[in-house]
Amino acid sequence: MTAAPLVDLRAVTRHVPLPGGGELRILRGVTLSVHAGEHVAVVGRSGTGKSTLLNILGLLDSPTSGEYELEGVPVERLGARARARRRGDDFGFVFQQFNLLAGRTALENVAAPLLYARGRRFWSRRRLAAQMLERVGLGERLDTMPEKLSGGEQQRVAIARALVRGPRVILADEPTGALDVETGRAVMDLLDDAARRTGAALVTITHDLAIAARADRQFRLADGVLVPIDLETPATVIEVGAL
Amino acid sequence: MTGLVGAVLEAWDELRVHRVRVLLALVGVAVAVTAITGVTAAVTMLGQAMQEQNERDMGRDVTLSAWSTGPGGTQDAAALDATVDAVAARYDISYHSVESWVQLGVQGGTTEMLPDLMAVDPAYGTIMRTDVVAGRWFTDRDAEQLGPVLVANRAFLDEYAGGAAVAEHPQVRLLGETPVTATVVGELRARWPDEGPRALMLFDHLARWAPEQARADSYRFWVPPETATDLAAVLSRDLTAAGVPMQVDPPYDQPFVMDRALQWVVLGVGGFALLLGGLGLLNISLVTVRYRIREIGIRRSFGATGGRVFFGVLMESVVATTVAGVVGVVAAVAVVKNIPVEAVFGTALQDEPGFPFSAALTGMACAVAVGALAGLIPAVYAVRVKVIDAIRY
Repeated sequence: MTAAPLVDLRAVTRHVPLPGGGELRILRGVTLSVHAGEHVAVVGRSGTGKSTLLNILGLLDSPTSGEYELEGVPVERLGARARARRRGDDFGFVFQQFNLLAGRTALENVAAPLLYARGRRFWSRRRLAAQMLERVGLGERLDTMPEKLSGGEQQRVAIARALVRGPRVILADEPTGALDVETGRAVMDLLDDAARRTGAALVTITHDLAIAARADRQFRLADGVLVPIDLETPATVIEVGAL
Repeated sequence: MTGLVGAVLEAWDELRVHRVRVLLALVGVAVAVTAITGVTAAVTMLGQAMQEQNERDMGRDVTLSAWSTGPGGTQDAAALDATVDAVAARYDISYHSVESWVQLGVQGGTTEMLPDLMAVDPAYGTIMRTDVVAGRWFTDRDAEQLGPVLVANRAFLDEYAGGAAVAEHPQVRLLGETPVTATVVGELRARWPDEGPRALMLFDHLARWAPEQARADSYRFWVPPETATDLAAVLSRDLTAAGVPMQVDPPYDQPFVMDRALQWVVLGVGGFALLLGGLGLLNISLVTVRYRIREIGIRRSFGATGGRVFFGVLMESVVATTVAGVVGVVAAVAVVKNIPVEAVFGTALQDEPGFPFSAALTGMACAVAVGALAGLIPAVYAVRVKVIDAIRY
């Protein structure tokens, strides 16, 4: 990769104060660069800071120290409004529990992010949402409520929602965590395909080594420290799998 | 533009999804808006009823009373009228009327006695808001009738005309020096229950058929309020100078039209009802916002700014109460328009006021204000929610 990275974390830390005094060090000097079109996977135990890393990448949280550049722009220079705008424009989130909006149809869920878009995309939101649902194979389920959909279908709606604004970076937090193996594989196929087709970067957080193995690069997050791993090495697989 | 439209659409969408909760919360607001709007409108109607009642006693705002200060006895009616007409015309006074209390016996059937009888000009009906429930009031052409005509109340008709209806052209005898038959052409509304026999006749007829009774005891002039004080002085001067010695009373302050204390009490009750409705809405909004923390977090991940979240939650409340306000105002219009005015206010309205726009405006303003206030606390709460906590919630 020779082009400038899309997201670039350098020595990022995240500490939170503890109620009884002192502080919890969630991330310790994390350095990570992700380029457009790249698929990066982060594995690690629960509570090691994977979601915090994803939240910092997606501008939902801020680092305590270190530098984060988004397309060469230091994020710390962005005001709250600009961060929100870039979050909406540049990032698509896929959550483990789908996080679909209750009481809204699949179409309304996918159209929801476009309520925060501007111009033609705002006014055409229903058409764009329908096209996106068509693309993830749910063209026949536009008016179905989420609770009437299977887990795999719900995650496909969530993926359609994450993609509908054409994000530069897709952040997937345990996207297959609530799905069976087959369905999880199909969902990852969908994510990979969408990222490849749009040239978006895909950052996947997962426990599943098989899912992580689909990525171009893999990292392990342990005790707030991010280290690259090679899942093609059996020793690493055994070591990571034991986590 | 898209931000505003998006926020309103989002608010509407929330209301649609949570319509049962919203409906329950808004019943109180709608009822309170109906109360405030209805009370404001009813107060306006009551004020009009009291105003009209007052004007039936004292004349329209402003009616000047002129009292004869000359020697008693009969006067040349034609000369008198001409003099007063000339003075009134000088000051562009369109409505003025003589008042003459007549001591004239009336005979009808076997009854013969002195009723409450007064001679007036046709303009008297307008000045005093005389209410005719059947038949008609005097016209200028009545002066040319071959016999006197009367407008009398039901008690008069019962007493002297055997209870006949005006449509039957009931007749009675006026027992002046030369008795004459008079026809009742209109029925007056009774001014109070059990009002005794009362009739009005034209002063021209009195002068023609009972000239011995024709005295101009007083006059009424309906004048513009802004010039009433000045006119009282100049009318008095000019009438006296023209040979009709009259004392024109300065305009009196109209008695209260609507007791302000009563107005404040009814508005206070409506306001209290609205406060309770607003508190109910606030309560439900707060609970709902807590319930929606995760959703707010998800929306933040879509790019919603803190301002947009604040505005969205506030708008939900405002849009909801605005809808409740419209429902409340429509209900108030329906209620007020169907009020049995005579039964409620004790008098019919000649000039029934339209539904006051100010009342509708007050109701809508209250609804929007309650929505904004009830939405404020949940909106602040929603903005303070930490996004990462919200998504995990």
